[in-house]
Amino acid sequence: MSHLIDIRGVTHAYRTESGPLPVLDGLSIAVPEGGFTAVVGPSGCGKSTLTRLIAGLMIPDEGEVRLHGERVTSPRSTVGMAFQNPVLLEWRTILDNVILPLEIVPTKLKRREKEERARRLLSLVGLDGFEDKRPSELSGGMRQRASLCRALVHKPEVLILDEPFGALDAFTREDLWQTMHQLRAEETFTSVLITHDLRESIFLADEVVVLSGRPATAQYKLPVPDTGLRTLDELYTAEAAERLNILRHQIEIAQGRAEPTDTASQPAPPPGSAAQALT
Amino acid sequence: MADIPSPVTRPRQALGLGAGRVKDTLLSRSVVAPIAAVIVFLILWELLVWANGWPDYVMASPSDLPPAYASYWDLFLVMGWQTLWRTVVGLAVAVVFGVAVGMIMGFSRTMRDALYPLLVGFNAVPKATVVPIVALLFVGAHDFNTVLIAFMISFFPIAVSVSIGLSTLEPEYRDILRSLGASQATIFWKIALPKTLPEFFGALKVAVTLAFIGTNLMEIVSPHGRGLGALFDSGKTNSDYPLMFAVLIALAFLGIVLYYIVVALEKTFAGWAERSPT
Ligand SMILES: Nc1ncnc2c1ncn2[C@@H]1O[C@H](COP(=O)(O)OP(=O)(O)OP(=O)(O)O)[C@@H](O)[C@H]1O
Ligand SMILES: [Mg+2]
Repeated sequence: MSHLIDIRGVTHAYRTESGPLPVLDGLSIAVPEGGFTAVVGPSGCGKSTLTRLIAGLMIPDEGEVRLHGERVTSPRSTVGMAFQNPVLLEWRTILDNVILPLEIVPTKLKRREKEERARRLLSLVGLDGFEDKRPSELSGGMRQRASLCRALVHKPEVLILDEPFGALDAFTREDLWQTMHQLRAEETFTSVLITHDLRESIFLADEVVVLSGRPATAQYKLPVPDTGLRTLDELYTAEAAERLNILRHQIEIAQGRAEPTDTASQPAPPPGSAAQALT
Repeated sequence: MADIPSPVTRPRQALGLGAGRVKDTLLSRSVVAPIAAVIVFLILWELLVWANGWPDYVMASPSDLPPAYASYWDLFLVMGWQTLWRTVVGLAVAVVFGVAVGMIMGFSRTMRDALYPLLVGFNAVPKATVVPIVALLFVGAHDFNTVLIAFMISFFPIAVSVSIGLSTLEPEYRDILRSLGASQATIFWKIALPKTLPEFFGALKVAVTLAFIGTNLMEIVSPHGRGLGALFDSGKTNSDYPLMFAVLIALAFLGIVLYYIVVALEKTFAGWAERSPT
């Protein structure tokens, strides 16, 4: 089975002044090429740490991260990242912010071609006409759109999203979910999305991974069958409600607020999906 | 009814303020307003002296200044230039050294912890006490001594601002570039440096004034016949009070010129950090 992202038995601890702080413990996640995996889990359980390991910004103490079967030992230009904080550079226009990665990664593109690529992405996320604006002239949602364009401009194989919509209001967030689907239709990438929003996870991902409390391991994996074009209405079906219930329950277990053996309150897996508990 | 302009728009129309005119108004405001303020200041000063009947050895009045400038004009040009270049050189050294120290402290926590107390202590020492030490240390090297004091007094805010600017860089900024395999140098040029520029220029504005104080301190406390400070000192020994005041005004003028040069540089290199006028 070939997976584009293959995280195998990753264990990691931060060295702090009060001794080592174990954050990840034998975590394994695999994402097929073109796949979209959402990772949810209790606050502070190590989700951002996971993204830094995938990006090669850190090397795990034990286990390994493989991209295309190749072991990740340092950052690589085939990765794109977007965070909750859009971190746009105020001294650059939106267009130049999006072009930034193309100034770093090796590329044969000429300046004009770089601009064309950036403009195409900006128009894809609905930011035509804002190319020459400064980041501070845009709303929070628009900045996050620009940040997504920057993460994708160099055609990365892997897109890492660390709660990119976490700071947005509910309506803007739902708009951006739709934008995410459009981007997925137009561009090819394999994605890992960290989120706190369970509805977001089942709306965007093919698979939702629930992490346990710190030190985190993959506690539960919920496949979300691809239904083709997803609309917001699908979030209000009985099937969606069941999935959300399963995830909610798993989060409660991860937080230690519910017993894993407490099968009575655990809802049955939704019809048509092969939910499997790993613990 | 319809052709009566609303009270809000009427004055605008009466003044004929189009979009282009607004810009002219802003310009004339930024030029005329400060000049008017200076004139008002001079008038109040003159009135104050006149009302109290102070002789010029208590307090010179603005009307005493033109004769003072007229009789010493050549000296003012020569000494003003000496003060100016030594200040600028001291400031330039402070920028190079301050940025270097700021970078070291900004990038390394250990160095920050190690150097900070040293720097603060160094800055806390009154420079007036350092002047005689320096003058004895490098006897006769007047230009060097003066530049040294100007540098010593002005590098602190630059070092601190650069180190704070660099150390408060959000990790995400670094990660965005680092995850693409960018080198530390690239991260510095593309992100850390530009992001620190507003803080740097804020500190430079303070440093400019401080460097002036440093130069004059050396010129006055350890007189060696150079710079506006020396001219001030000769005014003192000759009881030429209008000359002393004329020197003060000349110093203020040079300070203002340097300050606005820094402001112009800031507009050019860090103009993006300015809030657009509302
Ligand atoms: N550089 C670091 N040094 C030491 N400890 C760290 C470091 N970064 C994170 N931690 C700790 O490791 C744990 C996991 O951090 P991480 O940011 O990965 O969690 P998270 O799941 O992303 O949290 P959140 O849901 O709040 O975003 C936290 O307890 C955090 O305090
Ligand atoms: Mg996080």
